[in-house]
Amino acid sequence: MKIPFLGFGPLRNTKMVNASILRSTFERRSVLIGAFQGTIGVMLALRLGYLSVAENEKYRLESESNRVNLTLIPPRRGWILDRNGAPLASNRADFRVDLIPERLQDPEGTIDRLGELLSLEPARIADIKDKVSAARGFQPVEVASSVRYEQFAALSVRLPEFPGVVPQRGFSRFYPTGCTVGHLIGYVGPASAEEYEKDPNPLLITPGYKIGKDGLEKQFEKELRGVPGARRVEVTAGGRIVRDLETREDVQGAPIKLTIDGPLQDYAARRIGLESGSVVIMDCRSGDLLCMASMPSFDPNSFSDGIGGVEYAMLREDERVPLRNKVLKGLYPPGSTVKPMVSMALMQAGIDPDETVNCGGGLRVGNRVFGCWNRRGHGPTNMAKAIYQSCDVYFYAMAQRTGIDPIAAMARRCGMGQEFPLPVTSQFFGTVPDPAWKMKKWGREWQAFDTVNATIGQGYMLSSPLQLAVMASRLATGRHVMPRLTLDTKPQGFENIDFPPDQVEYVRKAMSDVVNGPGTAGRARLPIDGTLMAGKTGTAQVVSLSISNGKSGPWKYRDHGLFIFFAPYDNPRYAGAVVIEHGGGSGAAYPIARDVMTFLFDPAKGLAALEALERQWGGTAQQRLDARYAAYAAARGASVSRPPRRDEEIFDRVEAEARRAATQTDAIAEQVIAPRPEANPSAAAPPPAPQPVAPAGAEAPAAPSPTPEGQ
Amino acid sequence: MNTLAARGIVPDPIARLPWEMLIPLLLLTGFGALVLYSAGGGSWEPFALPHLIRFLVLSVMAAVIASMPREAVRIVTYPAYTLVLLMLLAVEIVGQVGGGSQRWLEVGPIRIQPSEIMKPAVVLAMARFYETLPSGMIGSWRSVLPAGLLIVLPIGLVLLQPDLGTSIAIAFGGVVVMFLAGLPLWWFLTALGAGVAAMPLVYFFLLHDYQRARVTTFLDPESDPLGAGYHIAQSKIAIGSGGIFGKGFNNGTQSHLNYLPEPHTDFVFASMVEEWGLMGGLFVLAMYALILRWGWKVASESQDRFCALLAAGATATIFFYIAINLLMVMGMAPAKGIPLPWMSHGGSSMMTNMICIGLLMMVNRWNRVAPRRGLSFG
Repeated sequence: MKIPFLGFGPLRNTKMVNASILRSTFERRSVLIGAFQGTIGVMLALRLGYLSVAENEKYRLESESNRVNLTLIPPRRGWILDRNGAPLASNRADFRVDLIPERLQDPEGTIDRLGELLSLEPARIADIKDKVSAARGFQPVEVASSVRYEQFAALSVRLPEFPGVVPQRGFSRFYPTGCTVGHLIGYVGPASAEEYEKDPNPLLITPGYKIGKDGLEKQFEKELRGVPGARRVEVTAGGRIVRDLETREDVQGAPIKLTIDGPLQDYAARRIGLESGSVVIMDCRSGDLLCMASMPSFDPNSFSDGIGGVEYAMLREDERVPLRNKVLKGLYPPGSTVKPMVSMALMQAGIDPDETVNCGGGLRVGNRVFGCWNRRGHGPTNMAKAIYQSCDVYFYAMAQRTGIDPIAAMARRCGMGQEFPLPVTSQFFGTVPDPAWKMKKWGREWQAFDTVNATIGQGYMLSSPLQLAVMASRLATGRHVMPRLTLDTKPQGFENIDFPPDQVEYVRKAMSDVVNGPGTAGRARLPIDGTLMAGKTGTAQVVSLSISNGKSGPWKYRDHGLFIFFAPYDNPRYAGAVVIEHGGGSGAAYPIARDVMTFLFDPAKGLAALEALERQWGGTAQQRLDARYAAYAAARGASVSRPPRRDEEIFDRVEAEARRAATQTDAIAEQVIAPRPEANPSAAAPPPAPQPVAPAGAEAPAAPSPTPEGQ
Repeated sequence: MNTLAARGIVPDPIARLPWEMLIPLLLLTGFGALVLYSAGGGSWEPFALPHLIRFLVLSVMAAVIASMPREAVRIVTYPAYTLVLLMLLAVEIVGQVGGGSQRWLEVGPIRIQPSEIMKPAVVLAMARFYETLPSGMIGSWRSVLPAGLLIVLPIGLVLLQPDLGTSIAIAFGGVVVMFLAGLPLWWFLTALGAGVAAMPLVYFFLLHDYQRARVTTFLDPESDPLGAGYHIAQSKIAIGSGGIFGKGFNNGTQSHLNYLPEPHTDFVFASMVEEWGLMGGLFVLAMYALILRWGWKVASESQDRFCALLAAGATATIFFYIAINLLMVMGMAPAKGIPLPWMSHGGSSMMTNMICIGLLMMVNRWNRVAPRRGLSFG
């Protein structure tokens, strides 16, 4: 207890405490406290020196990184141009508003107030909330693009109330022709978390920056991207920009020049009208793909700010699958459109085209009878007549003689079952069946009826519209034409001659007779003097006769309508294919081919025909899509299920469904197909097919037995 | 100073003013006004001009205090203490009635924070108490119990507000007076030991969540870089980035771009060092050292116990502000709402410090009028 050296132990026991002792205690202790204060002072000075000298470097950097904010300026995306330099995808300057989810303090409230300020629809607000709740911190979420200047200005002024909201001027992707290029060009969107992980480029998480998500936009991402600019700005802690320090301009991405003919693509897509199908047209002399239209489609303009829930639900519920690119991922039994190809195979196998087969309406093979579409029979039929009258018995008989192998080989040579070196995200192969394939896939022996089915493009045979178009150009030119999609690639395949000229001539003439002669598609004649189109119709049965007659009843059981063609027939310039899903027969397909080819040779005439049709349909494809969306949103807006979080899930789903759809005909592949009438488009016009504006003179009722000419 | 008076250049009353303290004080306040000018975005409003006006007004108050006669002070001490205590009680009552806690009373346009005035009042009352306590009673219970009550009553009221920082400041002033009054050392050591032992209990049961957060943040500033640790981290950045000579007047980015919170009150030192660097910081420290040294000189020159204890207590109170604030801005103490004397914007703390200065000047004047003679006093 006693601490003698300090001189003040338990003082209460002594009487020695007096004023002078207290005074000296005071002085000692005040020295103690003064020393304590001095120590603190020295410590503070040392600490100050340490912070501002020893740690100066570190803190100077930290203060700079506080003060200076480096913003990337998203590069303007390269344009996608058609063969004549007209833009299919360009950029539009606009005002946009994004959200940085991790900086939001009150996400729900902020989005609601933003929605009010920018007058967003309730469905859009719900979509944004959904995206914000799912977003990882770094991913910007787009609130609106193409914001009006007044709204943009109002928001900019009130920015301090909206932490995490980023309004900016920028460029947004613009597709002038909207939905007609949806499948071909694809669309752009903000990078997903996975895409950022794969390519941790800070550009990808810059608000307002979009990358290609599908189609050519995705395929040419590297070329289109460009080099981002940078802006160093001084910012306050609240994120307000005080001043610009330094700016480096962006470098716009390189343009991509396509072989596509923009107006033709637009025309073809619109001409498909209410049907679900695709039109592919190639330049026979270069392999240029002029048109790859697939309809119905989506509007890539509206996808670029994220796929909305209502829009996705509408597209998804549509049985005509607007999300599927049918040019590349629609697989159909080619039906009778294979007959010119089979004819080539027969000629190569040594069959004389002038040899006739007597068609009595059917052919007995083994113990089964295979019917011709014309039950009354075609009588004596040579190869040309078998093509233009689409006589099935001729091909049954000849194929029995050669067997399936030369036909399968020829199918592959013409492009069926092949993949082409095109810059597309994916393309389906289809199927060219032969005994080895059947054994491997199904574990069953090849049967006689398999050959019969294959020769009329049924059974297991499946091909895409692109393959059919390639087949048409190879048949038309006799050369191994390879399709190309960009102008900077070299035309290929022209040095490989597939067929001798005389055989080419023969098939060309027979195919011309399909349209211009006594054939099955008289109404496909071009309304242009001196330009004759050659073609071949096809009607592909998808379910057995017991389910549907193929012409009426549920849409998904109706026959596919197909048509392959080229023109002019004697010196082919353009070739292509039209496939109308469940169009009820070839009558749905060739009027479209006719109008599209008319447009190619005489745009004014083609447009006149289209405008008349669009008046009946209720507007252009884009107008109808917009109207449908408005109606759908009004009816179902509140009750839609959410779209998948990632675009990849949508793609996977669409692709899986496309594969499933392609197996629709597997069920009847083992059956004997009773071929459908090819030659009576007017007698039994399929209900959904619009009445085409037929050229005068082609109105003659093309009954099952058209005016026999020759033979 | 005396030389000036001797030469007769300056009138005697002015020459007799304690210039060794006043010059540093004026320099400090002027410098503070410059810093506030910058913190206000390069403008006299809203911080710098009120700061100067407040200083002028409070200087008058300090002068009035300084001119008070010794007897009057002795008489007024306890009533003044009681009055302030009643005001504290009134704050409590108004707070209870008005719902929610508050720390000030509003009298017309003036807003008074009684807990601030309590700091010098406690020192004054304690000094008075130990002056009247017979020397022989030092060390008995009678030397500590009444004095303890003088401290505990206001602390209890201030803790109810709740305002931990001010309570500690009041306790600090009172305990320093007790220590200097000669109470047995082992009492303080025992109390210190008990305090250390009680710290965990206080931390877990008595502190509010926000106070606990301050402590954890102090112990581990990285634990919450955007929350409670943000203030201290930004303050250290401001100080460290200033370097030796600073970024220049009006060029501080941390304060001007709002990264530094409260650049005009609690973190005024950080915003000053950012612009004036180590040199500015050392200048301010030197000015404080001069003022405090003068305070101790006044205490040691005092003729009687009351004056000595009063001067020492007032100096300790000023020191407490400076030390806690500077320790805080340099990341060595928990973030705490204690402003820096004569530099921070804010009236209450300036008033407390000017009262302390006034009391010191008063004692200083008494010392001159009747210098201490020999060893005996009282």
